[in-house]
Amino acid sequence: MDAEITLHVDGTARHVTVDARTTLLDALRERLGVMAPKKGCDHGQCGSCTVLLNDRRVITCLVLAVAHDGARIVTAEGLAQDDHLHPVQQAFIDHDGFQCGYCTPGQICSAVGMLKEAEAGWPSAVSDLAAAEVRLSPAEIRERMSGNLCRCGAYAGIVAAIQQAAR
Amino acid sequence: MNPFEYQRAEDVATAVATVSGNENAAFLGGGTNLVDHLKLGVATPNLLVDVSGLPLDRVESLPDGGLRIGAAVRNSDAAADPRIRRDYPMLAEALLSGASAQVRNLATMGGNLLQRTRCVYFQDVTTPCNKRVPGSGCSALRGYHRYHAILGASEHCVAVHPSDLAVALVALDAVVQVSGPDGDRAVPVTDLYRLPGDAPERDTVLERGELITAIDLPVLPMAARSGYRKVRDRASYAFALVSVAAAVDLFDNGTIRDVRIAFGGVAHKPWRAYRAEDALRGRPTTAEAFDDAANAELRDARPLRDNVFKLRMARGALVAALQHLTGADR
Repeated sequence: MDAEITLHVDGTARHVTVDARTTLLDALRERLGVMAPKKGCDHGQCGSCTVLLNDRRVITCLVLAVAHDGARIVTAEGLAQDDHLHPVQQAFIDHDGFQCGYCTPGQICSAVGMLKEAEAGWPSAVSDLAAAEVRLSPAEIRERMSGNLCRCGAYAGIVAAIQQAAR
Repeated sequence: MNPFEYQRAEDVATAVATVSGNENAAFLGGGTNLVDHLKLGVATPNLLVDVSGLPLDRVESLPDGGLRIGAAVRNSDAAADPRIRRDYPMLAEALLSGASAQVRNLATMGGNLLQRTRCVYFQDVTTPCNKRVPGSGCSALRGYHRYHAILGASEHCVAVHPSDLAVALVALDAVVQVSGPDGDRAVPVTDLYRLPGDAPERDTVLERGELITAIDLPVLPMAARSGYRKVRDRASYAFALVSVAAAVDLFDNGTIRDVRIAFGGVAHKPWRAYRAEDALRGRPTTAEAFDDAANAELRDARPLRDNVFKLRMARGALVAALQHLTGADR
């Protein structure tokens, strides 16, 4: 079954016809040429395909494109404003938050979404549920970013980068 | 992946009629388990009816003071809900211990309850599995089974249910509201899941076309003192080897008035530990009493070759959870 859908990707409306079987990740990469989200495991276990979908961080490999007609998507490519990197992007550079870079677009989108969640007071598994405000300790950052794996092991730099971006 | 049609459900009644009338149709929620099964060939529907956009996305107070969580509420929204955090902390903790933030932002409450086992053989279509292909045999029985059941299993299936949410719900005596081709019904979560017996292909008592529309939480003041403890191979983003949901109510003299306990990771269903509860009522909050409770519940456990460790792990998790809730660890 084919369906015509519109995805608003990094500020641009993109029309595309997809088979119902197409994941959002494959629609972005294979059909629209948006290469920022990466295909790591393709089974929801690594987080490298993370984007912001209607302002929330999600993985795109276990999502059907046809179910998200009209969605607003921001990838790591769409975070910068003109020539100014997003503060999270700059922080990853400042703190060596990557080595090979393959997981980085997912890490960065995840961090941007995570900072919004923390600002909204969402708890994590290591939070005090009674606390109204979230203080992003290294333990909080590690737990909240646990959906993004980095096989180079750049975690120390990633945590430091996010601490900087959170300030 | 097999080809399929996709439909966005207009309302509950139409969705139920569509799926109950087509044995190759399936409901689609957040997709985080089903889409994986489509890729793996574990599920081969010819029609997906997307119920994630139905207006079942609110958390509402019930007239009796309980809480109704719509089936399409995302796991992350439920975990952040101030009423759930305050009145049912074990539920928020269970949700937050599951998957990753990116998955919780997609996964629905109804879908979480109906996710399938992560048994590696169930997910691998090249191997025998009675849950996937009835009668083909159980590869886990003598294979890789350290994640598998120690309670209530059968020779046909030793898989465990993977949901953390469901463990908290059985401890809380929650009830799911279900719409089906023959009308609506309410099913206590303790009755929703089955033991495998000789029909492990059926995870729940739901009939074809029945759709969970909401989860009702009863008024349970003791749940304000409750928690969820999950033991796994890494600190986060992994399924449970063993988990415990527990709530405790104490008399003024510090002995136990009432208690709710459920285990995850030990059986084909979230395991309500009635024997442990019975063993604790009227007892002091001592390590000895907690240990007796664990003994009472695990008396009939039948571990497999490579998961004997779950006995000690379940005992330890229960004692630690109760010590934490009663302040005995401070």
